[in-house]
Amino acid sequence: MKLRAALLIALLSAPPAWAVQPDEVLADPALEARARSISEGLRCLVCRNETIDDSDASLARDLRLLLRERLTAGDTDADAIAFIVDRYGEYVLLNPTANGVNLILWLAGPAMLIAGLATAALYLRRRRTSAAPDAPLSDSETKRLAEILEN
Amino acid sequence: MIIELGHFALILAFAIAIVQSTLPMIGAAQNRAALMAVAEPAAIAQFLLIGFSFAALTYGFVTSDFSVALVTANSHTLKPMLYKVAGVWGNHEGSLLLWALILSLFGASAAWFGGNLPPTLRARVLAVQGLIGVAFLAFMLFTSNPFLRLATPPLNGNDLNPLLQDPGLAFHPPFLYLGYVGLSMSFSFAVAALIEGRVDAAWARWVRPWTLAAWIFLTIGIAMGSWWAYYELGWGGFWFWDPVENASFMPWLISAALLHSAIVVEKREALKSWTILLAILAFGFSLIGTFIVRSGVITSVHAFANDPERGVFILMILGVFMGGALTLFTLRASKMEAKGVFSTVSRESALVANNLLLAVSCFVVFIGTIWPLVAELFFNRKLSVGVPFFNAAFTPFMVALALLLPIGSQLPWKRASGTRLLVPLKTGLILAVVSTALVFAMQTGHSALGPIGAGLGVWVVWGALADLWQRTGRDNISTRLSRLGRLPRADLGKATAHAGFGVTLFAVAAMNAWSIEDIRVLKLGESFQIGGYDVQLTDVKGVEGPNYQATVAEMRVTRAGALVTTQFPEKRFYPVQGMPTTEAAIHQSLTRDLYLVIGDPQKSGGWAVRAYVKPFADWIWAGALMMALGGLISLSDRRYRAAAGAKRSAAKGLPAE
Repeated sequence: MKLRAALLIALLSAPPAWAVQPDEVLADPALEARARSISEGLRCLVCRNETIDDSDASLARDLRLLLRERLTAGDTDADAIAFIVDRYGEYVLLNPTANGVNLILWLAGPAMLIAGLATAALYLRRRRTSAAPDAPLSDSETKRLAEILEN
Repeated sequence: MIIELGHFALILAFAIAIVQSTLPMIGAAQNRAALMAVAEPAAIAQFLLIGFSFAALTYGFVTSDFSVALVTANSHTLKPMLYKVAGVWGNHEGSLLLWALILSLFGASAAWFGGNLPPTLRARVLAVQGLIGVAFLAFMLFTSNPFLRLATPPLNGNDLNPLLQDPGLAFHPPFLYLGYVGLSMSFSFAVAALIEGRVDAAWARWVRPWTLAAWIFLTIGIAMGSWWAYYELGWGGFWFWDPVENASFMPWLISAALLHSAIVVEKREALKSWTILLAILAFGFSLIGTFIVRSGVITSVHAFANDPERGVFILMILGVFMGGALTLFTLRASKMEAKGVFSTVSRESALVANNLLLAVSCFVVFIGTIWPLVAELFFNRKLSVGVPFFNAAFTPFMVALALLLPIGSQLPWKRASGTRLLVPLKTGLILAVVSTALVFAMQTGHSALGPIGAGLGVWVVWGALADLWQRTGRDNISTRLSRLGRLPRADLGKATAHAGFGVTLFAVAAMNAWSIEDIRVLKLGESFQIGGYDVQLTDVKGVEGPNYQATVAEMRVTRAGALVTTQFPEKRFYPVQGMPTTEAAIHQSLTRDLYLVIGDPQKSGGWAVRAYVKPFADWIWAGALMMALGGLISLSDRRYRAAAGAKRSAAKGLPAE
């Protein structure tokens, strides 16, 4: 349906767990904050369209733990993400990379805006000068107009 | 028997829709009044028949007739009555029937309220509307028949997905569909106008109320869906940039643009072909949304029908209607001669900017939504496009829109001078900058999102108020106040809707920037602190619901020792579907929501508990409701009521023509 319905359907096989569990949270708050912000950008692969941060699936939990393991081992954010992408493919990235064909995705909006601005500018220039003379009203239109105005 | 009658009525409606889509069109082309006159009774009959068909299916659900396959798949005798009724549209086939019902309702409304339309335009509008009906009724009858029987009915049904067993289901889809399908009217008017080869101020005046009504419904529908997700899913998110959310958001953006460009056509006779194009695209995005929801080609958390055959059928509908309309558009658009002349600094230009920003932002949402599909099909890359992309690529357009809005909405038509215009806005600008700085100072170390959102929100709301105040003229305050109430409803509606946009903008930024979260294990009697509140878990007990078992926690919330509230978050388990749901407890107040969730018992004893403080959460939906209310006020403007009055006199005057 039009809501986040059925989101658990995909997870029926998994035991009903939860998004980030208390036992996953790292002791170091700075490290945990980094883990949270990274996991908000990673997709839960068996879910329909959820981050591993939000997902209840056991795979998402595994990924969260893996991510925390890497961070605790001293990986930088980029290293940890690269490690996970290396294992699971770029499908896991909710923020698509800005290289190769993905440039089309990233540049589509700005390009469209520029094209739109140019078209609008041309249109506005024309609007400033040209004026088509108004066609006179036909008899029936004049009558209708009078009727409407009476009301 | 009633089920068969419902099925039969649906087939009959299909036959009538075929008549409605052909005869009036021929009649309009050959100027034969008798053929054109078929349109109205056909539209009304189609509505009555689909209405009957819908009632028959509802009857099947209410009486739990498990010989109907659809009822078996989606209902259960123990399900509360509200969800038996709402469950009619909680599935693919039933929701499609609701779609068709609303489509025919709009057609019938055009027949009832379209008395003041020129006869050929009315006939053509109803014919196009009928054609859309043909497509969707065929889709339903051939691929998604809700009335199929089972040879051996089971004793009980499979129950409805528990996440859908919520009052939200009763209201959210109908409103959303009223919006989606309402845009079919704008489409029908656009196509009819292209066939007629004529677009003028009167046309815009007819189209705008329909678009406005559709947009209002869409606004309410989206807001309700987002509110539903917020309280039902248990982590307090309200917007996920999910493909299905985007599917409803794209028509909303385009119809918002259409509303504004139709004003230009109505008042200034410019932007005609652009407005026609928007009207076509708005419905096009509705169809794309239908495709995304029901084909399953794009992975979304909203599971619906994942049936390729259905996907192909919708794609064909989309291709025929968009292809046909756009071809017609390229052939005829040049005929739409613009008349109004305006300078670069003018209300017209501001509305062009509005349209540009809304259209491009819609395009960004569109490409983000389909990119995973495109990348996989053409570039063999399996990738995801999620929240981070949309936040980065979409937000700038809304920021630009919010910056321009207060200025543009006060510009006079035709031409404006830059200096006079800025005077009433100076205070607003200062206020906005001050609040940005203030908020920035208060929250060092956070993202810039909060301050920018706060500043923009204040700027937009102030702009809306200043605009209204300007309209009261130059007198003493009491005279101006008394004039405020007598302003045209269109002006009041505009200010309300714009202020609502500002409120939502502010609230979204506030919620994203300043939410606090706490996840922990709590044993009975233990408490913890969050955002100045002490939350104590005082009790957890099992409760038996009508068709579920619940774990209900009792949490006492205190602030500095004083009791604020006692909340009861729940965790439910629905045995028939074997699914758990979370029912968060939300304590609302003007400045924040306290959002409490109870989770699973832990091995070490105690329960997992999540708590959030969500600042200004309810303002998001309050702002959306203000937008809808603004639309409603604007819809009641005198010029539309006057047009409705003209209908009566025109009806009297008809024989003379």
